Amino acid sequence: MDRAQTYNDTVVRQFTIMTLVWGVVGMLVGVIIAAQLLWPALNFDIPWLTYGRLRPLHTNAVIFAFGGCALFATSYYIVQRTCHTRLFGDGLAAFTFWGWQVVIVLAAITLPLGLTQGKEYAELIWPIDILIAVVWVSYAVVFFGTIAMRRVKHIYVANWFFAAFIITVAVLHIVNSLALPTGFLHSYPVYAGVVDAMVQWWYGHNAVGFFLTAGFLGMMYYFVPKQAGRPVFSYRLSVVHFWALISIYMWAGPHHLHYTTLPDWAQSLGMMFSLILLAPSWGGMINGIMTLSGAWHKLRTDPILKFLVVSLSFYGMSTFEGPMMSIKTVNSLSHYTDWTIGHVHSGALGWVAMISIGCIYALVPKLFGREKMHSIKLIDWHFWVATVGVVLYIASMWIAGVMQGLMWRAINDDGTLTYTFVESLNATYPYYAVRLLGGLLFLSGMLIMVYNVWRTVKGGVAERTAVMQPA
Amino acid sequence: MSSFWSWFIIILTVVNIAGAVWLMYSNTQRRTPGTTAVTGHKWDGDLEEYNNPLPRWWLGLFYVTVLMSIAYFILYPGLGNFSGVYGWTQTSQYQAEMEAAEAKYAEFYARFRDMDLAQLAADEQAMAAAGNIFGNNCAACHGSGGRGAVGFPNLTDASWQYGGSPDDILATLNNGRNGVMPAQAAILGDDGVEEVVAYVLSISGRDAPADKAAAGGARFAQICAACHGPDGKGNKLIGAPNLTDDVWVFGGSAADIRYALVNGRANQMPAQLPLLGEDRTRLMAAYVLKISGSAGD
Repeated sequence: MDRAQTYNDTVVRQFTIMTLVWGVVGMLVGVIIAAQLLWPALNFDIPWLTYGRLRPLHTNAVIFAFGGCALFATSYYIVQRTCHTRLFGDGLAAFTFWGWQVVIVLAAITLPLGLTQGKEYAELIWPIDILIAVVWVSYAVVFFGTIAMRRVKHIYVANWFFAAFIITVAVLHIVNSLALPTGFLHSYPVYAGVVDAMVQWWYGHNAVGFFLTAGFLGMMYYFVPKQAGRPVFSYRLSVVHFWALISIYMWAGPHHLHYTTLPDWAQSLGMMFSLILLAPSWGGMINGIMTLSGAWHKLRTDPILKFLVVSLSFYGMSTFEGPMMSIKTVNSLSHYTDWTIGHVHSGALGWVAMISIGCIYALVPKLFGREKMHSIKLIDWHFWVATVGVVLYIASMWIAGVMQGLMWRAINDDGTLTYTFVESLNATYPYYAVRLLGGLLFLSGMLIMVYNVWRTVKGGVAERTAVMQPA
Repeated sequence: MSSFWSWFIIILTVVNIAGAVWLMYSNTQRRTPGTTAVTGHKWDGDLEEYNNPLPRWWLGLFYVTVLMSIAYFILYPGLGNFSGVYGWTQTSQYQAEMEAAEAKYAEFYARFRDMDLAQLAADEQAMAAAGNIFGNNCAACHGSGGRGAVGFPNLTDASWQYGGSPDDILATLNNGRNGVMPAQAAILGDDGVEEVVAYVLSISGRDAPADKAAAGGARFAQICAACHGPDGKGNKLIGAPNLTDDVWVFGGSAADIRYALVNGRANQMPAQLPLLGEDRTRLMAAYVLKISGSAGD
């Protein structure tokens, strides 16, 4: 068969396998630092293993390595299928894979060494930042090149979300990482003071909005209708919530800087736009869940669909929680507490990881010439272990966070604080233990998945699939 | 902010919100009875789309949040330089809360103003409040029991770097202290450092080679005695520690002493008067007297 007449699934396979590898690594580091919060001695007095260095390694590994590989894999798979053409630029696509893996490995080396820019989710030092920018622009060329060569007139909704995600992440990364190097390993940001903070959280919140929301909605818009065997609920809703989501998300960053030196007007805009964001965010959940209506019976037999539905439920829950936490009055209680950590993980584990897991279970048999996964039963096990893990994680952090917030603001009759900081920390230990258990369960689920995927891939044949003729 | 940027923000904000409202409104249609047909587009064999109307409750939710934002931007700062009808700022909110708190708690502390530190140290209510203040402000360095840590003096013993009288303690609390031990490596040289280490060990009652200690004593008299005194008993006026006892803020091993000589030490007790106000620093002075066991003297 002529290569040009087949899909480029090599790069999809590579990214799919690495999604699993980095998922296990990133979550393992997460479990280690969760254990360190409970037993601080677990850093063994080795600088590379201290919490402050492993924490950014955990966040970078799960967001950009695990989440990033999942997005590359699914977007490359989906854009070919929905454009009815082979991926643009075989060499460039291969470069995005190897380039991205080099970025991840460099991150895994530099962060434990303590080399950091000190910006949350943008810790990597400037030479790595440049490599990221080059890889990302190549990604955009491959993706939009494929869109340009499409053999159908209409661009499928999943691709709108991938397109918005790719363009915006490029802009966010480049603008936030602008810096003046003082050496190969160190630089100063071009922004100063509160402007620097504002640029950082414009980046940080839109990394959530475009990397972790728009990108994964793209995934959802392909795999939910595919797996359910039903048409998408509403094209109109897709259009409306897409444009509303991407225009309004841009403003929400200042809610990370409530009651700081950021001017009042900017804080207010961040808060109100976060509230207006609620409905556009829920548009995606409604479209996903309503697509399933009429196919609910499939939930009994298809654990992949369970992953997809539950991920949408967690998506709806955390996109409700986020706007609530951005209200100044609520934020004054929740900010700086573990409630924030719980919120992030209901999004990261409940939404991002669960939808990725579901999509990969759907993808692996197709990529390796198998009819279905090795064991459906094990997918079901993974589903329940992961779900219980997420619930334990976020419930313990909610309780811990609200408790901390209330303890920190409790005041005695003499005007002094009722609790010292250490007392609030001490009261949090039981919840740290529950959180660790939740994390361990989620990691165990990933290991079940690795086994299941390995058994499926082993002996499978990675055949070339012919490009489908447009209908 | 210049009026250009103010209008820039206002226009961008209004255009974005109005645009989103237009988007919703222009895509709203009456619900037609029966099932909706697919749009006719088809991808990857079986991917199709219905074109159901936007859910009413969802539209309602969106419009409610938009109305809330309009109300908020009229009442509170948000639209560029427009400060909002309420004239609210986070600074004014902070000041109002602090003034209310000061007014409320001033009453509580007023009772203690006429008492001297010894009386305060004996007053149960005063000491309960002081214990709370200590937990919140002092324990981070001095430990929750006041027994100190490396670099932070123990407040429960009878040893005082800057003096232990009520006035001395109050002065330390109010104005803070800055302690500096200059690095001596360049002056003493490697041998000199070892000799002075031996001498300091010997005057604090530890074993040290006699010849080295003797040589160190000569150097001590020349250099160190200026602050620590000819007999090494320190000088409370400048906070030079007594080297002849077994109290060591930064540790008293040969290695610790060598480190201090080679690299010097800098230490700071931050001034508490600007943070706590005099009512509370007096309570704290009494509290320190009490936990050090010198309140009854």
